[in-house]
Amino acid sequence: MAAKRKFNIFDHELVPEHRILSDEEKAELLKKYNIKLSQLPQIKASDPAVEELGAKPGDIIEIKRKSPTAGIYYYYRIVVED
Amino acid sequence: MHSIKKVIGKIEFGILAPQEIRKMSAAEITVPDTYDDDGYPIDGGLMDKRLGVIDPGLRCETCGARAGECPGHFGHIELARPVIHVGFAKTLFRVLQSTCRECGRILLTDEEIEEYMHKFEFAEGRRSEINRLIKEIHKKVKERKTCPHCGAPQFPIKFEKPTIYWETRIDEEGNEYKHRMMPSEVRDRLEKIPDKDLSLLGFHPENSRPEWMVLTVLPVPPVTTRPSITLENGVRAEDDLTHKLVDIIRINNRLKTNIEAGAPQLIIEDLWDLLQYHVTTYINNETSGVPAAKHKSGRPLKTLSQRLKGKEGRFRGNLSGKRVNFSARTVISPDPMISINEVGVPLAIAMELTIPEKVTEFNMEKLKKLISNGPDKYPGANYVIDPEGRRIRIMETNRETVLEMLDIGWTVERHLMDGDIVLFNRQPSLHRMSIMAHRVRVMPYKTFRLNLSVCPPYNADFDGDEMNLHVPQTEEAQAEARILMEVQNHIISPRYGGPLIGGIQDHISGGYLLTREGAYFTRLEVEQMLMFAGVDVDELPEPDRVEKGVEFWSGKTIFSLLLPKDLTIWYENKVGCKDKEKCEKLKKAIEEKLVLSDEEIRELSDDGFVYIRNGKLLSGVIDKKAYGREDGRLLDLIVKEYGTERGKQFLNQVTKLAIWVITHKGFTTAIDDEDLPQDAIERIREIIREAENNVNRLIQAYEMGELDAHPGKTLEETLESLIMQKLAEARDQAGDIASQYLGMGNHAVIMAKTGARGKILNITQMAAMLGQQSIRGKRLYRGYRGRVTTHFKPNDLGAEAKGFVVNSYKSGLTPTEYFFHAMGGREGLVDTAVRTAQSGYMQRRLINALQDLKVDYDGTVRDPSGIIVQFRYGEDGVDPMKSWGGKTLNVDRVIVRTLLKMRGE
Repeated sequence: MAAKRKFNIFDHELVPEHRILSDEEKAELLKKYNIKLSQLPQIKASDPAVEELGAKPGDIIEIKRKSPTAGIYYYYRIVVED
Repeated sequence: MHSIKKVIGKIEFGILAPQEIRKMSAAEITVPDTYDDDGYPIDGGLMDKRLGVIDPGLRCETCGARAGECPGHFGHIELARPVIHVGFAKTLFRVLQSTCRECGRILLTDEEIEEYMHKFEFAEGRRSEINRLIKEIHKKVKERKTCPHCGAPQFPIKFEKPTIYWETRIDEEGNEYKHRMMPSEVRDRLEKIPDKDLSLLGFHPENSRPEWMVLTVLPVPPVTTRPSITLENGVRAEDDLTHKLVDIIRINNRLKTNIEAGAPQLIIEDLWDLLQYHVTTYINNETSGVPAAKHKSGRPLKTLSQRLKGKEGRFRGNLSGKRVNFSARTVISPDPMISINEVGVPLAIAMELTIPEKVTEFNMEKLKKLISNGPDKYPGANYVIDPEGRRIRIMETNRETVLEMLDIGWTVERHLMDGDIVLFNRQPSLHRMSIMAHRVRVMPYKTFRLNLSVCPPYNADFDGDEMNLHVPQTEEAQAEARILMEVQNHIISPRYGGPLIGGIQDHISGGYLLTREGAYFTRLEVEQMLMFAGVDVDELPEPDRVEKGVEFWSGKTIFSLLLPKDLTIWYENKVGCKDKEKCEKLKKAIEEKLVLSDEEIRELSDDGFVYIRNGKLLSGVIDKKAYGREDGRLLDLIVKEYGTERGKQFLNQVTKLAIWVITHKGFTTAIDDEDLPQDAIERIREIIREAENNVNRLIQAYEMGELDAHPGKTLEETLESLIMQKLAEARDQAGDIASQYLGMGNHAVIMAKTGARGKILNITQMAAMLGQQSIRGKRLYRGYRGRVTTHFKPNDLGAEAKGFVVNSYKSGLTPTEYFFHAMGGREGLVDTAVRTAQSGYMQRRLINALQDLKVDYDGTVRDPSGIIVQFRYGEDGVDPMKSWGGKTLNVDRVIVRTLLKMRGE
């Protein structure tokens, strides 16, 4: 990190909200869908949004998206190594 | 009938080890020949009786079964020298590069091995991840100069396609020289690789050791997989595989004798290479760099790879796609008299296709009648199946005995009869509506008949289209087809939640003729049309008008007879309101009061606004917005609120009613529909003059440099867009004038306005003028230097020189206009051709990507390994087919229905 970022991608209107799930939320999510971590959709650690959040591989990111059908739609992705 | 005895838990793939090949072999094959002079299989030859038999009368020496029962058994050939398996040549190259030439260890340090082992564990069997790691290891390791385990120097290896490996060695004096690694040397190296290193190279050491990729034993496939055919003249023709195996054995034997005789190394290596060639082509005869093995006639042999590969190969041709019985194909033709869920089946086909029907005490008599009719008299039966499953063909000779034997528990394969459920299909099967279930109607003549309303889902017309028909054979299949696939279940499209099947063309025009203001019918006409449409009415409603003692009913009253009695709906129709204010008032009044008094209706009713109150059409004409496909509001509502069965009934009745009206009123369009009065023509000419003047003024301004460029455009582009704008304006104005003079008395206009066929633009082009021709949205410009045709001066920017057609189809085009029109038309043709090709390929790729996804019980979309793709199907969990235009429910409808119910009580 040489210079400070001039531009925060989350300020852009097309970038949906991202959030790191806490450990409890993680456990709850896995229980809700009865899945293992490996069955979640993945997102690379080098993804700009993940870098911005500072999430580590193994974290789950919650993405709050606008959906033309459902209004608001939550999507969960597990951070994986690049 | 058939119970599942075993369930497949998992399948593992691996490479056959030489020991395994010997173990499964029934015989070693050493003789490069098939049959002796008497046509008897030679022992130890390629048709050895131990490999199974194909000639009737002989018995297999391994299992003792006769031809047809014996599945065949593998044999083997002991190769005198090992050869490379072409299919694995590249993998072998990678393995050779990655391992030490002395100790056979992988060229990774112990720490690296540790690290990658960990990463493999983390990958949890995800194929793409594992492949990535293997690639990464290979890349890292192939540059290593010394082995980290034994310290031996490594030499670079070169791979020469298809099966040769060179090692660039350095001798004592430091000179480089190339050493050819023969397969035996390759094999020796591979044998040294320890099991624990193999998983890092992507091998499963128990299922596939790398040295097994170098063949020492060749399996010989059973005779049954390469049967010889006897031609009419008694000459046997052997299968391509057999030919190839003969070559392999012959060379193998020669190689063996030469080695035993102690022939010079050079000769042995030549024969070795020849053996390699034969084994290579035996496996894949299309290997690049290897001349294909050819038949005497020059046709390339079809060897193992060729049997599997491609569209007609084993996978795509025989496993993914199969030929089926109980199916029929013929030309289709229209029949407006049958229901939308029926299909007319020619008698000849109905007598060939059968349905198995179990004999019970209830249908015994009926089935006996069918059997006594036999296969040649309709309704008959072709076969009976006894309780042991024996199939007996019904013939003149055994008819009596069969009838006598027939009892409960037997099955009769009877002819197709009216009401049977069948699947009907037209290629290309692009969506699920391309295969729907229909009820059979057996008919004379030789074509399949289908109702016109189901043309859109199949994308069918009658210019020679053929369609396929399949007969489900089990009760389960029939029930499934009936519940899931019948036509009425597909009236609503799963794409946009509105009707895909609906009235088309004449159905729409007819609906307009029936329900427009001033359409009245006598008692005779009303009775006739209701009878024709199959509407069951006990008593006609009160006549709307009585003149000189003659009763008249309005079309709206008749139309209302088809509607559910408690249906209320209002909408502005396709024809639209002339008086917008009046319609607004009507709409407001309906929204406020829901039920209007007769007085208010008389005052506010308009042909452009449909108001149906409790199943009575009180205002508005019926057009495409009522029961046409894509935007049939009325049909949509009936299907969703009254069920698919009612929707089917409504569609059947309404289309027939419309057809009766249109045939009895008469409806035609001819060239005089495009006649315009003289003053209209004058006005259009004036507009054209005006437009041309405008264009010339623009060009002048451009030439004088008075034109200002639009943002983001050059001056030339600005001029072009201004000209295009002016010319489009001119065409629209001409169209407006034309439609001013053409009213609803004009049949072409009726069709365009009601949405039955065509657009107003088409009438404009026929009657007034064609307008600007374009390619890629630009005025025509290609052709000669600075001009399209030589009829114009170079660099003429005027309207006529660049494809503006001032004539109409009716007035006729000038030669230059005609050519311009052909240029624009060609673009359209090319576009459609390119589009179908592109969308077809996209469709294939989408299907391949999505075919294994499914919606789980918890509403998530997952792939077969349980990886989640969507956390909720479509993000909202809604089945669009069961939705209101994509929304879960229509609140307005709920309110309307509740209010109506309250008022009703």
